[in-house]
Amino acid sequence: MSLDFLLEIGTEEIPHWMIPKALDQLRAMYVGQLKADATPRRLAVWASDMVERQADSTRKIKGPGVMAPEQAVAAFARKHGADPSALVRNGDYYELHLAIPGRPMIDVLAETLPGNILGLQWPKTMYWTGGKTGPRFIRPIRWIVALLGDQVIPFEIAGVKSGNVTRGHRILGSSSIPVTTANYEAELRKSFVILSAHERRHKIETEASNLGAKIDADLLETLTFITEYPTAIRGDFDPAYLELPAEVLTTVMRHHQKYFAVESAPGRLAPHFVAVMNTSADPDGVVKHGNERVLRARFNDARFFWNVDQQKKLVDRGDDLSHVTFQAKLGTYLEKTNRVVELVKELGGNAHAQRAAELCKCDLTTEMVKEFTDLQGIIGGLYAKAQGEPEPVSQAIYEHYQPLSMEDSIPETPEGQIVALADKLDTLRGCFSVGLIPSGSKDPFALRRAAQGVVKILAEAKLDYLLDQLVTGELHAFMLERVQHYFREVRGYKYDEVNAVLASGVSTLADVEARLAALAGVRPTEDFEPLAAACKRIRNILKQAHFEGDGPLDQALLEPGPERDLANRLASFVMANESDYSKRLVAIAAFRPSVDLFFDKVLVNAPDPAVRTNRLTLLHKLFTEFSTIADFSEIVTSGESK
Amino acid sequence: MDTFQETVFKLKKYWAERGCIIQEPYDVEVGAGTMAPETFLRVLGPKPYRVAYVQPSRRTADGRYGENPNRLYKHQQLQVILKPTPNDVIDQYLGSLKAIGIDLAKHDLKLEEDNWEAPTLGAWGVGWQVMLDGLEITQFTYFQQCGGFDLDLVPAEITYGLERLAAFLQGVDSVYDITWAPGFKYSDVRLADELQFSVYNFEMANVERLWRLLGEHEAECKELLAAYAKYPDKHRFPVLPTYDQVLKCSHLFNLLDARGAISVTERVGVIKRVRDLAVGTAKLWVDQQSLDAQQESAA
Repeated sequence: MSLDFLLEIGTEEIPHWMIPKALDQLRAMYVGQLKADATPRRLAVWASDMVERQADSTRKIKGPGVMAPEQAVAAFARKHGADPSALVRNGDYYELHLAIPGRPMIDVLAETLPGNILGLQWPKTMYWTGGKTGPRFIRPIRWIVALLGDQVIPFEIAGVKSGNVTRGHRILGSSSIPVTTANYEAELRKSFVILSAHERRHKIETEASNLGAKIDADLLETLTFITEYPTAIRGDFDPAYLELPAEVLTTVMRHHQKYFAVESAPGRLAPHFVAVMNTSADPDGVVKHGNERVLRARFNDARFFWNVDQQKKLVDRGDDLSHVTFQAKLGTYLEKTNRVVELVKELGGNAHAQRAAELCKCDLTTEMVKEFTDLQGIIGGLYAKAQGEPEPVSQAIYEHYQPLSMEDSIPETPEGQIVALADKLDTLRGCFSVGLIPSGSKDPFALRRAAQGVVKILAEAKLDYLLDQLVTGELHAFMLERVQHYFREVRGYKYDEVNAVLASGVSTLADVEARLAALAGVRPTEDFEPLAAACKRIRNILKQAHFEGDGPLDQALLEPGPERDLANRLASFVMANESDYSKRLVAIAAFRPSVDLFFDKVLVNAPDPAVRTNRLTLLHKLFTEFSTIADFSEIVTSGESK
Repeated sequence: MDTFQETVFKLKKYWAERGCIIQEPYDVEVGAGTMAPETFLRVLGPKPYRVAYVQPSRRTADGRYGENPNRLYKHQQLQVILKPTPNDVIDQYLGSLKAIGIDLAKHDLKLEEDNWEAPTLGAWGVGWQVMLDGLEITQFTYFQQCGGFDLDLVPAEITYGLERLAAFLQGVDSVYDITWAPGFKYSDVRLADELQFSVYNFEMANVERLWRLLGEHEAECKELLAAYAKYPDKHRFPVLPTYDQVLKCSHLFNLLDARGAISVTERVGVIKRVRDLAVGTAKLWVDQQSLDAQQESAA
């Protein structure tokens, strides 16, 4: 018989961003169909197929040998409370088969649940009772509902006994609600708790959209997990604030107040916002009024910062950067700026790019960036524009932190690309030179992100810098990992295609991409995979023969037939020197019948050492010619596994 | 509508009814209510304690010459320490909001993650900022460590920003428009304070002398810390005056910082100097408390 199971861990408000991962862990707690959902104050898990008791099992105990004295055999049986006649013969030994009745599931759960609950992994835990050695959880556990069928699963954590009583919404709900496995979710709803995160998300999205909000996915997720009963309301602000840059207004609304912005047309802010309350309604407009008041104060601050900051131009803030540390061993932002300017020159940046590099960190000393750190770069760009710097300069400053993630786009302008590249490269080179190299999950200077940014800019702007000239040593290896990651995860190439292309050398990333595109294009054709398999065979033959020589081919030693045909074909292929990667690959794939025939009819390991060397030379030349675009022996062919 | 002082009275009364000692503000300059010995020292060790007090808190760098409607050089915090934390601590806190006239059913209340760390005190905790209609009205923290010690009894620290709360309750946009007492605005009581201290802190404080004073108070503190080990009657030892020296150093650090006299590289060093004093004093206090407890149980 199967029973309904329900566990609710009632807590104080859990940080919103930790909840989805906790739910994943809860779902994995038992084998079977566990469902889980959560609000900030409760983690709930349930199932409808929990067995009433575990299956019976048999424990086999090995006894004395069949040749043992009778007394010893009897003593063995008695020791386990069994009659000697119950012993079973298994080969040369006696065995006792003890029937272990399955335990009631309620007992098993009562024993294991506390460990499962306290065993959940959180980014940061606390203790709240029993001192440092007391139980740890993300926030204090205040109640527990644990039911199997209509029975309470009895256990205790941190002085809280499990029961069948839950609590509703802090303000609107009842603080004591007896529930059953069947009515749990419905009872919560009566007490203004929507258990389903999916439903809360949908409610927010629908209501906010109806009020004109521009939906921001991250903010939507945050709001879903900081509310138990979300309701959207719309507020207004004085249109005079629209004089402030949209970036500043949006940051204040989104990051500081968790409001959605409202647009009158795409890219044009309207003087409204949408806030999401954790309550059912705002009949008197009290909440609207309060939020408007807070936003007004915030916008006033921003306007004040803007005005103060204009009193000292960016260009006059250069020296102030000598008071801002970039990194203890790498000096101040003034020193970093000087390095970046030099690097921009080296990379061939024009006068605008050099000017942008000179000014790009100056906004770090402004009041606006001190208050809204997320806007670094953007503020610098806006100020540069307001202070009359040419458009390419202000734009380059504006976008030089891009891309901030794999999804973010790269700077649009060539000046922005070069400054962004130089800034990130300087950080990477500097940190690697003083031993600040990321390891495992430790990457305090976000070097992976910086390296990923470099790769993305090089590849997507199709810049013709050679990777080998930008980075060396350990940093080169680190960058190669990012290159692999980028082409696999972002561009969706198969891992063996990426390996194959990188194995034949890296020049520019645009070239890597062109080779990858050609390779992926030719891969589905029928000749390709067998040819790749043949390449692997060639590589193995050369490796086994320790053959590295690259002397000329002796035409006289070539046997007429498949061997000579292959050599002639190779010669005309070399002559043609096709530079289009796709056409070249198609031509290579077309070698397949000749290669197959060669392996069928010709013995590489010929008795005559001169013939043998000549054949190895032929294979070596073939392999080298084939590998200019990609090393086909890295391709995993069907029949092989990863 | 309640005046500022009326709201403070109500909060004090509310917490007095829940077993809190109502203390008066500490009389040495502090940057936050947490730094007053009623919090910093009392949360250490195994003795339960409950206290509430208003603490004027000086944030020298936040001074705005009385011109910014929301930023103050000195603001008033109502600090509540409940050690150990009662199980219904959040309900008790919500009760205090009702006590000052907030009908929670008409408002939007959220507890949003906000952890707290004070490097100069060797202290940290986890908790929330309490948001009421989008306004942060309270900082709520479960202390985990203080003065470098893991805490025996985890206290809840509830810190109300009184000016914000009063401006909200009175529906005014500037703290200076808060009615402090009948016929007196916040500006009547405190505006001169804000202006003059901003002028002093940013323009006139003598940097050289401040550094010297910092050195003097640090020396005094270190001397006291070093004297404890050999001091015969530990019960009499002036741990509390030692802590005053820590507070003096911390305040001088803030003054120097506001004057722009501390470079980034120096900054880390000065913070460490103050932390060492704070952690050293916490050690003495814990030791003295445990010796006193032993004597009490022996007697």
